Amino acid sequence: MAGAKEIRTKIASIKNTQKITSAMEMVAAAKMRKAQDRKEATRPYAEKMRNVIGHLAHAHPEYVHTFMKERDVSRVGYIVVSSDRGLCGGLNSNLFRKLVKDIRKQQEAGIQVDFCTIGSKALGFFKRFGGKVRAQASHLGDAPHIEQLIGTVKVMLDAYEQGEIDRIYIAYNGFVNTMTQNPTIEQLVPIAGETEQELKHHWDYIYEPESKEVLDGLLTRYIESLVYQAVVENGACEQSARMVAMKAATDNAGNLIDELQLVYNKARQAAITQEISEIVAGAAAV
Amino acid sequence: MAMTIHVDIVSAEGAIHSGQAEMVYAPGEMGELGIAPRHTPLVTRLKPGDVRVDSGKGEMEHFYVSGGILEVQPHVVTVLADTAIRAKDIDEASALEAKRKAEEALAGQKEDFEYAKAQAELAEAVAQLRAIEKLRKTKS
Repeated sequence: MAGAKEIRTKIASIKNTQKITSAMEMVAAAKMRKAQDRKEATRPYAEKMRNVIGHLAHAHPEYVHTFMKERDVSRVGYIVVSSDRGLCGGLNSNLFRKLVKDIRKQQEAGIQVDFCTIGSKALGFFKRFGGKVRAQASHLGDAPHIEQLIGTVKVMLDAYEQGEIDRIYIAYNGFVNTMTQNPTIEQLVPIAGETEQELKHHWDYIYEPESKEVLDGLLTRYIESLVYQAVVENGACEQSARMVAMKAATDNAGNLIDELQLVYNKARQAAITQEISEIVAGAAAV
Repeated sequence: MAMTIHVDIVSAEGAIHSGQAEMVYAPGEMGELGIAPRHTPLVTRLKPGDVRVDSGKGEMEHFYVSGGILEVQPHVVTVLADTAIRAKDIDEASALEAKRKAEEALAGQKEDFEYAKAQAELAEAVAQLRAIEKLRKTKS
């Protein structure tokens, strides 16, 4: 039978694919653990920073920084965090779907939308989707550094300060557990509500230099750290989504191989049977 | 026992140090600071330089920070350290870079990519050199 050889090559090629997917699964599992550690490591900084900002805001109730002031919204900015690479299941498309829904809602309310993308998948998406991309950062690698994000965040914050956009949101995948990623859209600027926490003590600080300048630097860094956190968390999501997707691919390849093996055995058996019956028929004819 | 104060040094990418100290030295923007326990509450920006923590056991621990913010509360000193060298022109350059990248990627052009990239890198390197030079001056 002609099919046997073809089936054999097909099985071999699927086996190769399976090797690749199972290797990717293991790599993703290892990277995921590191990404989760990285995510944990960002926590103390943001917490400490929130405390200091809380103290400062408490000590200076009369001074409201632009990053804390709500204003009428006519144009909003989204910072969209995505992965750089594909093969991670529905991770990016789930986020984009949620984002598009949100954008439509804004547009229906007559609000215009700008974007800033982190990760090449988001950039590719907005190339197709349309919309003004103000800044982008991509190819951050597995261990992103905050300096890779400073520029992108600054573009958005500058636009906010100059009144070009009135609100900044951040869209990223929140890490729930290995199996679940939660597409999240949060308001980044103006900083919402966090400074109104109850403070048991507060002190009259000495400021060097002026309190406003200190607060300015502090808030910029705080926002950057939030964006960094989102990027790191999205990275953990990417790895876990990839791990799950690759596991599914490996399993599917296994099933496919089993089925093909069965077909191959049948074909081989049929060929043998046919050959025998030909020989027997030939012998009988002699 | 000598009086101690709790010191936390954290950066956006992770906690760097946490422990008790008899004295903390930090490069404040308005001059070098020495913080002993019961220092008055203070918030200041830091210049790039060395943060030294004297744990009182005759050991001095050094931490390099490329800037940041120092907060002193009655019982806690917090250093919010920058991991990147921050200066207005470096920030500006990276902002321009991010903008340019977006425009380029959307337009799909690649012609003077190398040149512009090299230029931005040069600007960044020069700015970093300047920061390092300043750092040296403050040290000597």
